[in-house]
Formats: sequence, structure tokens, C-alpha cells
Amino acid sequence: MAKVTINEERCKGCGLCVRACPKKIMQLSKTKLNSKGYHPAEVTEPEACIACAACARTCPDVVIQVER
Amino acid sequence: MAVVFKKTEALTDTVMHYCPGCGHGIVHRLVAEVIEEMGLQEKTVGVAPVGCAVFAYRYFNVDIQEAAHGRAPAVATGAKRVLGPDSLVFTYQGDGDLASIGTAEIVQAAHRGEKISVIFINNAIYGMTGGQMAPTTLLGQKTTTSPYGRDKELCGSPIRMSELLATIEGSAYIERTAVNSTANIIKTKKAIQKAFGAQVNRKGFSLVEVLSTCPTNWGKSPVESMDWLEEAMLPYYPLGVYKEV
Repeated sequence: MAKVTINEERCKGCGLCVRACPKKIMQLSKTKLNSKGYHPAEVTEPEACIACAACARTCPDVVIQVER
Repeated sequence: MAVVFKKTEALTDTVMHYCPGCGHGIVHRLVAEVIEEMGLQEKTVGVAPVGCAVFAYRYFNVDIQEAAHGRAPAVATGAKRVLGPDSLVFTYQGDGDLASIGTAEIVQAAHRGEKISVIFINNAIYGMTGGQMAPTTLLGQKTTTSPYGRDKELCGSPIRMSELLATIEGSAYIERTAVNSTANIIKTKKAIQKAFGAQVNRKGFSLVEVLSTCPTNWGKSPVESMDWLEEAMLPYYPLGVYKEV
């Protein structure tokens, strides 16, 4: 069981985590906006996450924490 | 639950001013992680450039000194010589700073074998000033000052700093890496560890050139920028270790 915590308020919606995720289970939110006006990243299928932390390592704003 | 990844203590909680998808944030994190892992947070002095990373002092939880444009290696030389071999002194410079106005400084710092480490961000363009052509801009690349693409006859070819500095006797560790993939980001961190190690072990001058992106001035999305880095920059700027003493 993996847990990905995204600090949505600090996310700039660049999408690099979406590109880096090997399981293709990340996306930029289609419904949420943060106060800066960005669509924050989110995990679509948390149960499929393998906790590789590729998303966290590519995030330029270090907004992702990964636990296993 | 065990933590697999969390933000390093050597970065502050200040929100970075960088544009979405800018590679600076990735490299800031890697440098900070290496400093924390080496236990040198209290003995580190960073020297910030003029360029987008001019506010680096807000983001690193270590002492940072600002330098005039291109003069970071000279300031770092002074800091290292005063603080002594137990300190860790690094500069963080972009390509406009290091490869243009600061070329004399970087070449002479390497030539003297200064025991400092340089993190050199190469994104093939001037970022902060609005996307002008840099010495590292690729042939044919459009910028605000090369609107028809960089012309070799007019502007010469892009400068390869790692290859140049590797020929200098005083350099101890020179490597070029990139931030285009998870594997290369991990390799970049290892390169920074080796560069800082070369300094701590008093071997000489060390530099890590990191190929990075500038989505805003390249006029591409962050994801397209990473793809362009792979397609356009990697063939001209081969990755690898250019010097290891």
C-alpha cells in the first residue's frame, strides 16, 4: 500500500509528474483549481501506485511526499 | 508507513518563484539533499548568480552569498580560502552567467584548481532577461535575439563548457547530466555527490553541468520542453563524465 501526498496549494500544474509516472496513474485535476489558478496533480488510482517516487523526484516544486 | 520521499531539511518552505516545470527546482532539491546527506548544512556557503536563480538564498537552508553577474567563482574562491578545507563552497550558475559574462572567472577558477564546486545549469537560453540567445543556444534555435534561428556564420556554434573545462589541469571532476528523466535526475544527484566529494577530499575544482529546460522562453509546455531537451540538446551536449581525478 503506497500513499502519495500532494501539496495541492503549492503545485504549479506543470505535469512533469504525469510524464514521469511509470504506472500512468497521475493527471492534472480536471475539477480542482488552487489559489494560483493551477490545476493540481492528483493520483487517479492510488491502489496501483508502486511508491517508486518518480513523481516526487521530478517535481520542481517538491510538493509530493511518498510513503509505503 | 515508511517515508520513501520527503522534502529535504536543506530547502526552506518558501515557494519558489520559478515558472511551472522549470528545471531549477529539481536541481535545487538535488543540491540540498546532497548537502543534508553529507551533514554539511552548517558548513556550507553557496554563491548565487545573476539570472533566474538570483533568489536561491530564499530556497536553500544554508548560507548563500550573492555575486555580481558571472563572478560567483571569484566570490566562492574568497569564501573557500577564508573558511578553509572543512567548509563546502558551491556556486550555482546559469549559462548566461557562467558561459558568457563569467567565462573568464570560471576558466581561471578551474585553472587555479580552486577547491570549489560549481553547479552549472545549461538551458540554452537567457531566462530571467526574457529569452535572448545565450552562448549555449543551439544552431537554428529561435530566441528573441535570434528570431530566424541561431546562425553559425553570425554567432558561432554553441559552447561546450564541460569539454572546455575538462582540458584544464586544475579541474578534478567534470560531468554533464540532464533532468529529462527520473534516471537522469538520479544520475545528476550522484554527479553532485561526486563533485562535492572532490572538494571535500581536496582534489580540486569540480563542476556539474546540468542540461535543463526553460519552458517559458522556449515557448513550449513543461512536458514538450523535456522532449525537446532529449531531441535537440542531448545530441549536441553528450552526457557523461569528462574528468575524474
